[in-house]
Amino acid sequence: MYLSNYFSKTRGGGNAIQMNDIASIAKKKHRLFLSKTASVAAMMLLLGFVFALFLTALLFLLRLYLVVISGSNQPPGARGHVAVLVVAGSGGHTTEIMRLMESLPAAYTPRHYVIADTDRMSEEKIVTFESSKPQSHSDLQFTISRIPRSREVHQSWSSSVVSTLTALSYSLPLVFRLRPDMVLCNGPGTCVPLCVAGLLLGILGMKKVQIVYVESICRVQTLSLTGRILYPVSDYFFVQWSSLRDKYPKAVFLGRIV
Amino acid sequence: ILKARGYGRLVLQVGRGTLVPDADSCADLSVEAFRFKDSIAEDMRRADLVISHAGAGSCLEALSAGKPLLVVVNDKLMDNHQLELARQLHMDHHLLYCTCSTLTETLKNMDLSVLQPFPPGQPKNFANFLDKALGVK
Repeated sequence: MYLSNYFSKTRGGGNAIQMNDIASIAKKKHRLFLSKTASVAAMMLLLGFVFALFLTALLFLLRLYLVVISGSNQPPGARGHVAVLVVAGSGGHTTEIMRLMESLPAAYTPRHYVIADTDRMSEEKIVTFESSKPQSHSDLQFTISRIPRSREVHQSWSSSVVSTLTALSYSLPLVFRLRPDMVLCNGPGTCVPLCVAGLLLGILGMKKVQIVYVESICRVQTLSLTGRILYPVSDYFFVQWSSLRDKYPKAVFLGRIV
Repeated sequence: ILKARGYGRLVLQVGRGTLVPDADSCADLSVEAFRFKDSIAEDMRRADLVISHAGAGSCLEALSAGKPLLVVVNDKLMDNHQLELARQLHMDHHLLYCTCSTLTETLKNMDLSVLQPFPPGQPKNFANFLDKALGVK
């Protein structure tokens, strides 16, 4: 069929006989290639594959649902300390999350900060904050890790998916290694892959990780994109303005907390 | 306009901007410009008026310092959520706001006496809630 199209573009009646020969050969080859039994087998294989995929997805969603609606069997605080994974986005996000960190008592330790690899300012703020804490042990009570940024400001939607998946490939081993009791985040795209990794830990039955999300004070009437993604799967979702509490009934409203 | 309102000195935090004015670029005001500082708390403390973008950190810092704040919103950022905060804080009479194009007009006509003090946020409420929820003693 391809061959006959090609030749019909070139005008010339003399080519008509050659064109028919080539076309019939092509058709025979076409028939040989796709015999009936072969096509049925391919179809069955495909269907089997699709069904397996569908079943896996269903199981996955079921596990996700169970993990999200269940609290943990034993609250993390009962063990004496709560390991926190803190996602520090850039600029205002870091400022807000550090204000929250200042308020947390000493039981929230160790503190694992995760920042985007292109972020220059957050590390300084974290180190300044941690240095101001009284050192009760000689070993460090905090760590700082870097992962690729999920999305830059103004980045297109399609390339954001790719960069978020890249960030996920870094987040999974990091979260699996750190095994935090809780992920604390407040809105930058960086937190999505980290929360997904935390949820995965729960889905695979390895550890229940509390997802604590504090929507930025900037958000008065609408949730951020990250907020909208994480609202259904967060254990505690804080909003800071009453207009949002009215729109998102599952959210916790304590007024302005930063 | 600033001189007419009684301001004698202008300090600019330029960031990664392309325009960095010289100290003598304006006859009526003494102008100082810098790109970044570790902390602008001292500059804020000495200011009588703060003009800022609507970033949460900048707003909160200026309002916590108790300074009259004029916020200029950037309407080119994707999903202009900055406007939500500026609008809410303006409704609560904590700051004045405008856009780049209306800045001149706003500076001419602004009335700072309507601004109310800004009570700080209470992160302790967050900590107490979390302690209870996670069983921390």
